[in-house]
Amino acid sequence: MHELVDPLVTNLTVFVLSIVVGYHVVWNVTPALHTPLMAVTNAISGIIIVGAMLAAGPVQLNLGTVLGFVAVALAAINVFGGFLVTQRMLDMFKKKGK
Amino acid sequence: MSANSVSLAYLVAALLFILALKGLSSPVSARRGNVFGMVGMAIAVITTMTITDNWVYISLAIIVGGAVGAVVARRIQMTAMPELVAAMHSLVGLAAVLIAMSSFYIAQHGVALHLSNRIELFIGTFIGAITFTGSIVAFGKLSGKLGNKPLRFAGQHWVNLALGLVMIGFGIAFSISPGWTPFLIMTVIALALGFLLIMPIGGADMPVVVSMLNSYSGWAAAGIGFTLNNNMLIIAGSLVGSSGAILSYIMCKAMNRAFLNVILGGFGGGEGAVAEAGDGVQKTYRSGSAEDAAFMMGNADSVIIVPGYGLAVARAQHAINEMSKMLTEKGIKVRYAIHPVAGRMPGHMNVLLAEAEVPYDQVVEMDEINNEFADTDVVLVIGANDVVNPAAKTDPNSPIYGMPILEAHKARTVLIVKRSMAAGYAGLDNDLFYLDKSMMVFGDAKKVVEDIIKSLQH
Repeated sequence: MHELVDPLVTNLTVFVLSIVVGYHVVWNVTPALHTPLMAVTNAISGIIIVGAMLAAGPVQLNLGTVLGFVAVALAAINVFGGFLVTQRMLDMFKKKGK
Repeated sequence: MSANSVSLAYLVAALLFILALKGLSSPVSARRGNVFGMVGMAIAVITTMTITDNWVYISLAIIVGGAVGAVVARRIQMTAMPELVAAMHSLVGLAAVLIAMSSFYIAQHGVALHLSNRIELFIGTFIGAITFTGSIVAFGKLSGKLGNKPLRFAGQHWVNLALGLVMIGFGIAFSISPGWTPFLIMTVIALALGFLLIMPIGGADMPVVVSMLNSYSGWAAAGIGFTLNNNMLIIAGSLVGSSGAILSYIMCKAMNRAFLNVILGGFGGGEGAVAEAGDGVQKTYRSGSAEDAAFMMGNADSVIIVPGYGLAVARAQHAINEMSKMLTEKGIKVRYAIHPVAGRMPGHMNVLLAEAEVPYDQVVEMDEINNEFADTDVVLVIGANDVVNPAAKTDPNSPIYGMPILEAHKARTVLIVKRSMAAGYAGLDNDLFYLDKSMMVFGDAKKVVEDIIKSLQH
Protein backbone atom coordinates (compact mmCIF):
# COMPACT_ATOMS: atom_id res chain seq x y z
CA MET A 1 0.00 0.00 0.00
CA HIS A 2 1.28 3.41 -0.94
CA GLU A 3 0.65 6.22 1.42
CA LEU A 4 0.23 9.68 -0.14
CA VAL A 5 2.72 12.27 0.97
CA ASP A 6 1.15 15.31 2.59
CA PRO A 7 1.55 18.39 0.32
CA LEU A 8 3.09 20.18 3.28
CA VAL A 9 6.03 17.78 3.19
CA THR A 10 6.50 18.23 -0.57
CA ASN A 11 6.32 21.99 -0.14
CA LEU A 12 8.85 21.89 2.65
CA THR A 13 11.24 19.84 0.49
CA VAL A 14 11.01 22.35 -2.34
CA PHE A 15 11.37 25.23 0.12
CA VAL A 16 14.54 23.96 1.76
CA LEU A 17 16.22 23.00 -1.52
CA SER A 18 15.39 26.39 -3.05
CA ILE A 19 16.98 28.20 -0.12
CA VAL A 20 20.15 26.18 -0.62
CA VAL A 21 20.19 27.01 -4.34
CA GLY A 22 19.48 30.68 -3.62
CA TYR A 23 22.26 30.82 -1.06
CA HIS A 24 24.86 29.53 -3.51
CA VAL A 25 23.72 31.53 -6.50
CA VAL A 26 23.50 34.83 -4.62
CA TRP A 27 26.96 34.57 -3.05
CA ASN A 28 28.29 34.45 -6.60
CA VAL A 29 26.73 37.78 -7.52
CA THR A 30 29.41 40.42 -7.91
CA PRO A 31 29.06 43.21 -5.27
CA ALA A 32 29.05 45.78 -8.09
CA LEU A 33 25.65 44.44 -9.15
CA HIS A 34 23.98 44.27 -5.74
CA THR A 35 21.55 47.07 -6.58
CA PRO A 36 20.39 45.40 -9.83
CA LEU A 37 20.16 42.17 -7.81
CA MET A 38 17.73 43.84 -5.46
CA ALA A 39 15.72 45.24 -8.33
CA VAL A 40 15.51 41.90 -10.11
CA THR A 41 14.55 40.08 -6.92
CA ASN A 42 11.81 42.70 -6.60
CA ALA A 43 10.59 41.61 -10.01
CA ILE A 44 10.91 37.93 -9.11
CA SER A 45 8.97 38.37 -5.88
CA GLY A 46 6.32 39.73 -8.21
CA ILE A 47 5.76 36.02 -8.93
CA ILE A 48 3.14 36.42 -6.24
CA ILE A 49 1.09 37.52 -9.27
CA VAL A 50 0.53 33.81 -9.92
CA GLY A 51 -1.10 33.49 -6.51
CA ALA A 52 -3.11 36.62 -7.18
CA MET A 53 -4.32 35.28 -10.53
CA LEU A 54 -5.42 32.03 -8.90
CA ALA A 55 -7.31 34.04 -6.29
CA ALA A 56 -8.94 36.12 -9.03
CA GLY A 57 -9.62 33.04 -11.13
CA PRO A 58 -13.09 31.72 -10.15
CA VAL A 59 -15.70 32.87 -12.63
CA GLN A 60 -18.12 34.04 -9.97
CA LEU A 61 -17.24 37.58 -8.90
CA ASN A 62 -17.22 38.14 -5.13
CA LEU A 63 -15.04 39.72 -2.46
CA GLY A 64 -12.46 36.95 -2.92
CA THR A 65 -11.95 37.55 -6.63
CA VAL A 66 -12.00 41.33 -6.28
CA LEU A 67 -9.19 41.16 -3.72
CA GLY A 68 -7.42 38.92 -6.22
CA PHE A 69 -7.71 41.50 -9.01
CA VAL A 70 -6.23 44.23 -6.81
CA ALA A 71 -3.37 41.90 -5.89
CA VAL A 72 -2.76 41.13 -9.58
CA ALA A 73 -2.43 44.84 -10.38
CA LEU A 74 -0.07 45.43 -7.43
CA ALA A 75 2.12 42.48 -8.33
CA ALA A 76 2.19 43.57 -11.99
CA ILE A 77 3.74 46.87 -10.90
CA ASN A 78 6.55 44.88 -9.34
CA VAL A 79 7.00 42.55 -12.28
CA PHE A 80 7.19 45.25 -14.95
CA GLY A 81 8.83 47.91 -12.80
CA GLY A 82 11.40 45.48 -11.43
CA PHE A 83 12.54 43.94 -14.69
CA LEU A 84 12.57 47.22 -16.61
CA VAL A 85 14.51 49.18 -14.03
CA THR A 86 17.00 46.31 -13.80
CA GLN A 87 17.41 46.41 -17.56
CA ARG A 88 17.94 50.17 -17.40
CA MET A 89 20.64 49.81 -14.77
CA LEU A 90 22.39 46.94 -16.50
CA ASP A 91 22.51 48.94 -19.73
CA MET A 92 24.65 51.45 -17.87
CA PHE A 93 27.16 48.72 -17.10
CA LYS A 94 27.80 48.10 -20.78
CA LYS A 95 31.43 48.33 -21.76
CA LYS A 96 31.94 51.80 -23.13
CA GLY A 97 33.23 51.68 -26.70
CA LYS A 98 36.35 53.76 -27.03
CA MET B 1 -3.71 22.90 -19.46
CA SER B 2 -3.56 19.86 -17.24
CA ALA B 3 -2.26 20.21 -13.72
CA ASN B 4 0.86 18.29 -14.70
CA SER B 5 1.72 20.51 -17.67
CA VAL B 6 1.16 23.56 -15.51
CA SER B 7 3.60 22.25 -12.92
CA LEU B 8 6.17 21.45 -15.59
CA ALA B 9 5.87 24.95 -17.06
CA TYR B 10 6.39 26.35 -13.56
CA LEU B 11 9.52 24.24 -13.28
CA VAL B 12 10.90 25.83 -16.46
CA ALA B 13 10.07 29.30 -15.12
CA ALA B 14 11.80 28.53 -11.82
CA LEU B 15 14.95 27.40 -13.63
CA LEU B 16 14.93 30.63 -15.64
CA PHE B 17 14.75 32.65 -12.42
CA ILE B 18 17.80 30.84 -11.10
CA LEU B 19 19.62 31.63 -14.36
CA ALA B 20 18.58 35.28 -13.99
CA LEU B 21 20.33 35.49 -10.62
CA LYS B 22 23.28 33.50 -11.88
CA GLY B 23 23.77 36.01 -14.71
CA LEU B 24 24.48 38.74 -12.17
CA SER B 25 27.85 37.21 -11.38
CA SER B 26 29.33 39.52 -14.02
CA PRO B 27 28.22 42.67 -15.84
CA VAL B 28 28.81 40.82 -19.13
CA SER B 29 26.23 38.10 -18.53
CA ALA B 30 23.84 40.17 -16.44
CA ARG B 31 21.66 41.52 -19.23
CA ARG B 32 21.11 38.09 -20.71
CA GLY B 33 20.23 36.91 -17.21
CA ASN B 34 17.59 39.60 -16.91
CA VAL B 35 16.04 38.44 -20.19
CA PHE B 36 15.90 34.90 -18.77
CA GLY B 37 14.06 36.34 -15.80
CA MET B 38 11.52 38.08 -18.00
CA VAL B 39 10.92 34.96 -20.07
CA GLY B 40 10.48 32.94 -16.89
CA MET B 41 7.91 35.40 -15.61
CA ALA B 42 6.07 35.40 -18.94
CA ILE B 43 5.89 31.61 -18.91
CA ALA B 44 4.58 31.60 -15.34
CA VAL B 45 1.92 34.23 -16.06
CA ILE B 46 0.74 32.77 -19.38
CA THR B 47 0.56 29.29 -17.92
CA THR B 48 -1.51 30.53 -15.01
CA MET B 49 -3.75 32.41 -17.42
CA THR B 50 -4.80 29.10 -19.01
CA ILE B 51 -6.21 27.83 -15.71
CA THR B 52 -8.19 30.91 -14.70
CA ASP B 53 -11.68 31.77 -15.88
CA ASN B 54 -11.46 35.53 -15.61
CA TRP B 55 -8.62 36.07 -18.01
CA VAL B 56 -10.11 39.28 -19.45
CA TYR B 57 -10.27 41.08 -16.11
CA ILE B 58 -6.95 39.65 -15.05
CA SER B 59 -5.30 40.90 -18.24
CA LEU B 60 -6.77 44.33 -17.58
CA ALA B 61 -5.32 44.35 -14.07
CA ILE B 62 -1.94 43.31 -15.46
CA ILE B 63 -2.04 46.07 -18.07
CA VAL B 64 -2.90 48.71 -15.48
CA GLY B 65 -0.25 47.58 -12.99
CA GLY B 66 2.30 46.95 -15.72
CA ALA B 67 1.86 50.44 -17.16
CA VAL B 68 2.41 52.01 -13.74
CA GLY B 69 5.51 49.88 -13.21
CA ALA B 70 6.91 50.69 -16.65
CA VAL B 71 6.48 54.43 -16.23
CA VAL B 72 8.10 54.40 -12.79
CA ALA B 73 11.00 52.27 -14.02
CA ARG B 74 11.67 54.72 -16.82
CA ARG B 75 11.41 57.91 -14.76
CA ILE B 76 13.08 56.98 -11.48
CA GLN B 77 16.34 58.73 -10.62
CA MET B 78 19.21 56.39 -9.80
CA THR B 79 19.76 58.21 -6.50
CA ALA B 80 16.15 57.29 -5.61
CA MET B 81 16.61 53.54 -6.18
CA PRO B 82 16.46 52.72 -2.44
CA GLU B 83 13.03 54.37 -2.19
CA LEU B 84 11.77 52.56 -5.26
CA VAL B 85 12.95 49.21 -3.96
CA ALA B 86 11.32 49.85 -0.57
CA ALA B 87 8.06 50.84 -2.25
CA MET B 88 8.07 47.66 -4.30
CA HIS B 89 8.63 45.53 -1.20
CA SER B 90 5.54 47.06 0.32
CA LEU B 91 3.50 46.08 -2.76
CA VAL B 92 4.53 42.44 -2.44
CA GLY B 93 3.60 42.54 1.23
CA LEU B 94 0.18 44.03 0.52
CA ALA B 95 -0.47 41.60 -2.33
CA ALA B 96 0.35 38.70 0.02
CA VAL B 97 -2.16 39.95 2.58
CA LEU B 98 -4.87 40.41 -0.07
CA ILE B 99 -4.30 36.94 -1.50
CA ALA B 100 -4.47 35.42 1.96
CA MET B 101 -7.75 37.24 2.67
CA SER B 102 -9.12 36.14 -0.67
CA SER B 103 -8.14 32.50 -0.07
CA PHE B 104 -9.77 32.59 3.32
CA TYR B 105 -12.94 34.16 1.91
CA ILE B 106 -13.14 31.49 -0.79
CA ALA B 107 -12.51 28.76 1.79
CA GLN B 108 -15.32 30.14 3.97
CA HIS B 109 -17.68 29.68 1.03
CA GLY B 110 -16.38 26.39 -0.28
CA VAL B 111 -13.76 23.83 0.57
CA ALA B 112 -12.75 24.09 4.22
CA LEU B 113 -9.07 24.56 4.99
CA HIS B 114 -7.01 21.92 6.78
CA LEU B 115 -5.24 22.77 9.99
CA SER B 116 -1.88 22.97 8.19
CA ASN B 117 -3.38 25.31 5.54
CA ARG B 118 -4.69 27.57 8.26
CA ILE B 119 -1.31 27.78 9.94
CA GLU B 120 0.30 28.55 6.58
CA LEU B 121 -2.31 31.20 5.89
CA PHE B 122 -1.59 32.79 9.25
CA ILE B 123 2.18 32.83 8.65
CA GLY B 124 1.88 34.16 5.09
CA THR B 125 -0.46 36.92 6.23
CA PHE B 126 1.60 38.21 9.09
CA ILE B 127 4.87 38.22 7.14
CA GLY B 128 3.10 40.05 4.32
CA ALA B 129 1.55 42.57 6.70
CA ILE B 130 4.84 43.32 8.46
CA THR B 131 6.58 43.68 5.10
CA PHE B 132 3.85 46.05 3.92
CA THR B 133 3.92 48.60 6.74
CA GLY B 134 7.64 48.16 7.47
CA SER B 135 8.48 48.97 3.85
CA ILE B 136 6.21 52.00 3.88
CA VAL B 137 8.13 53.35 6.86
CA ALA B 138 11.45 52.56 5.15
CA PHE B 139 10.21 54.32 2.02
CA GLY B 140 9.18 57.35 4.08
CA LYS B 141 12.55 57.55 5.78
CA LEU B 142 14.56 57.07 2.60
CA SER B 143 12.62 59.68 0.65
CA GLY B 144 12.90 62.12 3.54
CA LYS B 145 9.12 62.27 4.01
CA LEU B 146 9.27 60.83 7.52
CA GLY B 147 12.50 62.41 8.66
CA ASN B 148 15.63 60.48 9.46
CA LYS B 149 15.19 60.58 13.22
CA PRO B 150 14.53 57.24 14.84
CA LEU B 151 11.35 57.16 16.90
CA ARG B 152 11.83 55.66 20.33
CA PHE B 153 9.85 55.44 23.51
CA ALA B 154 10.39 53.74 26.83
CA GLY B 155 9.59 50.05 26.95
CA GLN B 156 9.38 49.86 23.16
CA HIS B 157 10.84 46.38 22.94
CA TRP B 158 8.41 45.11 25.56
CA VAL B 159 5.46 46.58 23.69
CA ASN B 160 6.64 44.91 20.48
CA LEU B 161 7.19 41.62 22.25
CA ALA B 162 3.74 41.77 23.83
CA LEU B 163 2.13 42.63 20.50
CA GLY B 164 4.02 39.79 18.84
CA LEU B 165 2.76 37.31 21.43
CA VAL B 166 -0.82 38.55 21.16
CA MET B 167 -0.58 38.27 17.37
CA ILE B 168 0.65 34.67 17.63
CA GLY B 169 -2.16 34.01 20.12
CA PHE B 170 -4.78 35.15 17.63
CA GLY B 171 -2.98 33.20 14.91
CA ILE B 172 -3.31 30.04 16.98
CA ALA B 173 -6.94 30.85 17.72
CA PHE B 174 -7.51 31.28 14.00
CA SER B 175 -5.78 27.98 13.22
CA ILE B 176 -7.97 26.11 15.72
CA SER B 177 -11.29 27.66 14.76
CA PRO B 178 -11.07 29.82 11.63
CA GLY B 179 -13.12 33.00 11.57
CA TRP B 180 -12.79 36.56 10.38
CA THR B 181 -12.43 38.04 13.87
CA PRO B 182 -9.14 36.39 14.87
CA PHE B 183 -7.88 36.71 11.29
CA LEU B 184 -8.47 40.45 11.10
CA ILE B 185 -7.18 41.18 14.61
CA MET B 186 -4.06 39.19 13.83
CA THR B 187 -3.58 41.11 10.57
CA VAL B 188 -4.05 44.51 12.20
CA ILE B 189 -1.51 43.68 14.92
CA ALA B 190 0.98 42.54 12.27
CA LEU B 191 0.48 45.80 10.38
CA ALA B 192 1.16 47.76 13.57
CA LEU B 193 4.24 45.65 14.28
CA GLY B 194 5.74 46.38 10.87
CA PHE B 195 5.39 50.06 11.61
CA LEU B 196 6.76 49.85 15.16
CA LEU B 197 9.71 47.65 14.22
CA ILE B 198 11.10 49.97 11.55
CA MET B 199 10.31 53.38 13.10
CA PRO B 200 13.11 53.17 15.72
CA ILE B 201 15.80 52.42 13.13
CA GLY B 202 17.94 55.37 12.05
CA GLY B 203 18.75 56.60 8.58
CA ALA B 204 22.32 55.29 8.50
CA ASP B 205 21.06 51.74 9.02
CA MET B 206 18.66 51.87 6.10
CA PRO B 207 20.85 49.73 3.80
CA VAL B 208 20.38 46.86 6.26
CA VAL B 209 16.66 47.51 6.61
CA VAL B 210 16.05 47.62 2.87
CA SER B 211 17.92 44.34 2.42
CA MET B 212 15.99 42.79 5.28
CA LEU B 213 12.63 43.84 3.85
CA ASN B 214 13.79 42.47 0.50
CA SER B 215 14.20 39.17 2.27
CA TYR B 216 10.78 39.43 3.97
CA SER B 217 9.04 40.12 0.66
CA GLY B 218 10.48 36.83 -0.61
CA TRP B 219 9.36 34.90 2.47
CA ALA B 220 5.89 36.44 2.09
CA ALA B 221 5.66 35.09 -1.46
CA ALA B 222 6.91 31.69 -0.30
CA GLY B 223 4.36 31.70 2.53
CA ILE B 224 1.53 32.24 0.04
CA GLY B 225 3.05 29.41 -2.00
CA PHE B 226 2.58 27.08 0.98
CA THR B 227 -1.02 28.21 1.39
CA LEU B 228 -1.83 27.64 -2.27
CA ASN B 229 0.35 24.53 -2.57
CA ASN B 230 2.16 26.26 -5.40
CA ASN B 231 5.80 25.24 -5.89
CA MET B 232 6.54 28.09 -8.27
CA LEU B 233 5.80 30.64 -5.53
CA ILE B 234 7.79 28.69 -2.97
CA ILE B 235 10.87 28.47 -5.20
CA ALA B 236 10.86 32.09 -6.38
CA GLY B 237 10.00 33.33 -2.89
CA SER B 238 12.85 31.47 -1.23
CA LEU B 239 15.34 32.64 -3.87
CA VAL B 240 14.39 36.22 -3.05
CA GLY B 241 14.30 35.50 0.67
CA SER B 242 17.80 34.09 0.77
CA SER B 243 19.11 36.85 -1.48
CA GLY B 244 17.83 39.55 0.87
CA ALA B 245 19.20 37.68 3.88
CA ILE B 246 22.67 37.49 2.34
CA LEU B 247 22.62 41.19 1.46
CA SER B 248 21.59 42.07 5.02
CA TYR B 249 24.50 40.02 6.31
CA ILE B 250 26.96 41.72 3.92
CA MET B 251 25.71 45.17 4.92
CA CYS B 252 25.94 44.42 8.63
CA LYS B 253 29.47 43.15 8.20
CA ALA B 254 30.46 46.25 6.24
CA MET B 255 29.22 48.42 9.09
CA ASN B 256 30.53 46.08 11.78
CA ARG B 257 27.05 45.87 13.31
CA ALA B 258 25.32 42.86 14.77
CA PHE B 259 22.09 42.22 12.88
CA LEU B 260 20.00 42.12 16.06
CA ASN B 261 21.54 45.38 17.17
CA VAL B 262 20.38 47.09 13.98
CA ILE B 263 16.91 45.59 14.21
CA LEU B 264 16.49 46.60 17.82
CA GLY B 265 17.40 50.15 16.88
CA GLY B 266 20.12 52.48 17.98
CA PHE B 267 23.27 54.14 16.62
CA GLY B 268 21.85 54.89 13.19
CA GLY B 269 20.33 58.17 14.29
CA GLY B 270 23.36 59.18 16.28
CA GLU B 271 22.11 58.03 19.68
CA GLY B 272 24.66 59.53 22.02
CA ALA B 273 27.32 58.69 19.45
CA VAL B 274 28.43 62.31 19.32
CA ALA B 275 31.90 61.38 20.49
CA GLU B 276 33.94 64.05 22.12
CA ALA B 277 35.78 65.60 19.21
CA GLY B 278 39.30 64.44 19.98
CA ASP B 279 41.12 65.24 23.19
CA GLY B 280 40.54 68.97 23.25
CA VAL B 281 43.88 69.64 21.61
CA GLN B 282 43.52 71.78 18.52
CA LYS B 283 44.85 69.61 15.73
CA THR B 284 46.30 71.20 12.63
CA TYR B 285 45.50 70.30 9.10
CA ARG B 286 46.74 71.46 5.76
CA SER B 287 44.37 72.88 3.19
CA GLY B 288 44.90 73.67 -0.46
CA SER B 289 43.12 74.79 -3.57
CA ALA B 290 41.68 72.82 -6.47
CA GLU B 291 44.71 73.91 -8.51
CA ASP B 292 47.03 72.32 -5.94
CA ALA B 293 45.00 69.14 -6.12
CA ALA B 294 45.09 69.17 -9.93
CA PHE B 295 48.86 69.66 -9.83
CA MET B 296 49.39 66.71 -7.47
CA MET B 297 47.17 64.37 -9.43
CA GLY B 298 48.60 65.52 -12.75
CA ASN B 299 52.09 64.54 -11.59
CA ALA B 300 51.09 61.20 -10.12
CA ASP B 301 51.46 57.77 -11.70
CA SER B 302 48.43 56.34 -9.97
CA VAL B 303 45.30 57.85 -8.48
CA ILE B 304 42.55 56.15 -6.50
CA ILE B 305 39.25 57.97 -6.07
CA VAL B 306 37.21 57.14 -2.96
CA PRO B 307 33.63 58.29 -3.63
CA GLY B 308 31.00 58.55 -0.92
CA TYR B 309 27.34 59.38 -1.03
CA GLY B 310 28.27 63.07 -0.71
CA LEU B 311 29.46 62.82 -4.30
CA ALA B 312 25.98 61.88 -5.47
CA VAL B 313 24.36 64.51 -3.27
CA ALA B 314 26.51 67.14 -4.98
CA ARG B 315 25.70 65.56 -8.40
CA ALA B 316 29.40 65.42 -9.16
CA GLN B 317 29.47 61.95 -10.78
CA HIS B 318 29.71 63.20 -14.35
CA ALA B 319 32.36 65.76 -13.45
CA ILE B 320 34.45 63.15 -11.70
CA ASN B 321 34.25 60.88 -14.74
CA GLU B 322 35.38 63.80 -16.90
CA MET B 323 38.30 64.37 -14.55
CA SER B 324 39.36 60.75 -14.48
CA LYS B 325 39.20 60.57 -18.27
CA MET B 326 41.64 63.49 -18.48
CA LEU B 327 43.97 61.84 -15.99
CA THR B 328 43.78 58.55 -17.89
CA GLU B 329 44.67 60.35 -21.11
CA LYS B 330 47.78 61.67 -19.38
CA GLY B 331 48.78 58.05 -18.81
CA ILE B 332 47.83 58.04 -15.13
CA LYS B 333 46.27 54.89 -13.72
CA VAL B 334 42.90 55.86 -12.26
CA ARG B 335 40.64 53.62 -10.23
CA TYR B 336 37.65 54.01 -7.94
CA ALA B 337 37.58 52.29 -4.56
CA ILE B 338 34.11 51.33 -3.37
CA HIS B 339 33.18 50.65 0.24
CA PRO B 340 30.13 48.34 0.54
CA VAL B 341 28.16 51.08 2.31
CA ALA B 342 29.30 53.91 0.05
CA GLY B 343 25.72 54.45 -1.14
CA ARG B 344 22.36 54.06 0.51
CA MET B 345 21.75 50.47 -0.52
CA PRO B 346 24.01 47.55 -1.46
CA GLY B 347 25.90 48.34 -4.67
CA HIS B 348 24.32 51.77 -4.97
CA MET B 349 27.57 53.65 -5.66
CA ASN B 350 28.42 51.30 -8.51
CA VAL B 351 25.15 52.14 -10.23
CA LEU B 352 25.63 55.86 -9.69
CA LEU B 353 29.10 55.69 -11.24
CA ALA B 354 27.89 53.49 -14.08
CA GLU B 355 25.19 56.04 -14.81
CA ALA B 356 27.92 58.68 -15.16
CA GLU B 357 29.58 56.33 -17.68
CA VAL B 358 32.55 55.44 -15.52
CA PRO B 359 33.88 52.19 -17.07
CA TYR B 360 33.09 49.39 -14.63
CA ASP B 361 36.56 47.86 -14.89
CA GLN B 362 37.94 50.99 -13.17
CA VAL B 363 35.59 50.46 -10.24
CA VAL B 364 37.10 48.15 -7.62
CA GLU B 365 35.62 46.70 -4.43
CA MET B 366 37.19 47.29 -1.02
CA ASP B 367 38.71 43.84 -0.51
CA GLU B 368 40.42 43.91 -3.88
CA ILE B 369 41.92 47.37 -3.71
CA ASN B 370 42.96 47.69 -0.07
CA ASN B 371 46.39 46.18 -0.69
CA GLU B 372 47.12 48.70 -3.40
CA PHE B 373 46.81 51.95 -1.47
CA ALA B 374 50.38 51.66 -0.23
CA ASP B 375 51.62 51.75 -3.83
CA THR B 376 49.40 54.65 -4.83
CA ASP B 377 50.60 58.23 -5.27
CA VAL B 378 47.40 60.14 -4.71
CA VAL B 379 44.07 59.20 -3.14
CA LEU B 380 41.17 61.58 -3.71
CA VAL B 381 38.49 61.16 -1.02
CA ILE B 382 35.33 62.85 -2.14
CA GLY B 383 32.07 62.94 -0.20
CA ALA B 384 33.21 60.10 2.07
CA ASN B 385 34.36 60.22 5.66
CA ASP B 386 33.74 57.35 8.09
CA VAL B 387 34.71 54.69 5.53
CA VAL B 388 38.28 56.05 5.45
CA ASN B 389 38.62 56.73 9.20
CA PRO B 390 41.77 54.94 10.44
CA ALA B 391 40.32 54.92 13.97
CA ALA B 392 38.26 51.91 12.86
CA LYS B 393 41.52 49.96 12.83
CA THR B 394 43.58 51.68 15.53
CA ASP B 395 41.31 53.01 18.26
CA PRO B 396 39.45 50.36 20.28
CA ASN B 397 37.43 53.13 21.96
CA SER B 398 36.01 54.42 18.71
CA PRO B 399 32.35 53.55 18.07
CA ILE B 400 33.30 52.38 14.60
CA TYR B 401 36.22 50.24 15.80
CA GLY B 402 36.29 47.01 13.83
CA MET B 403 34.43 48.37 10.83
CA PRO B 404 36.30 47.50 7.63
CA ILE B 405 37.66 50.65 5.97
CA LEU B 406 39.36 51.70 2.77
CA GLU B 407 42.99 52.14 3.78
CA ALA B 408 43.44 55.54 2.14
CA HIS B 409 45.88 56.58 4.87
CA LYS B 410 48.49 54.23 3.40
CA ALA B 411 48.82 56.18 0.15
CA ARG B 412 51.64 58.69 -0.39
CA THR B 413 49.31 61.68 -0.58
CA VAL B 414 45.68 61.96 0.47
CA LEU B 415 43.41 64.70 -0.87
CA ILE B 416 40.09 65.15 0.88
CA VAL B 417 37.31 67.15 -0.73
CA LYS B 418 34.86 68.28 1.93
CA ARG B 419 32.54 71.19 2.66
CA SER B 420 34.03 71.86 6.09
CA MET B 421 35.72 70.06 8.96
CA ALA B 422 32.32 68.86 10.23
CA ALA B 423 32.03 65.25 11.36
CA GLY B 424 30.52 62.43 9.27
CA TYR B 425 27.41 60.28 9.77
CA ALA B 426 28.73 58.67 12.93
CA GLY B 427 29.62 62.06 14.41
CA LEU B 428 33.30 61.22 14.65
CA ASP B 429 36.45 63.16 14.01
CA ASN B 430 38.75 61.63 11.40
CA ASP B 431 42.50 61.39 12.04
CA LEU B 432 43.09 60.99 8.33
CA PHE B 433 42.53 64.72 7.89
CA TYR B 434 45.41 65.62 10.22
CA LEU B 435 48.14 63.46 8.69
CA ASP B 436 51.19 65.26 7.29
CA LYS B 437 50.51 63.80 3.87
CA SER B 438 46.88 64.87 3.82
CA MET B 439 45.49 67.99 2.22
CA MET B 440 41.94 69.27 2.61
CA VAL B 441 40.25 70.90 -0.36
CA PHE B 442 37.21 72.75 0.95
CA GLY B 443 34.13 73.34 -1.16
CA ASP B 444 31.21 71.76 -2.90
CA ALA B 445 32.29 68.46 -4.48
CA LYS B 446 31.04 69.34 -7.95
CA LYS B 447 32.58 72.81 -7.91
CA VAL B 448 35.94 71.50 -6.72
CA VAL B 449 36.05 68.77 -9.37
CA GLU B 450 35.13 71.27 -12.09
CA ASP B 451 37.93 73.54 -10.90
CA ILE B 452 40.35 70.61 -10.97
CA ILE B 453 39.29 69.91 -14.55
CA LYS B 454 39.95 73.55 -15.51
CA SER B 455 43.43 73.43 -14.01
CA LEU B 456 44.20 70.14 -15.73
CA GLN B 457 43.37 71.69 -19.08
CA HIS B 458 46.24 74.18 -18.78
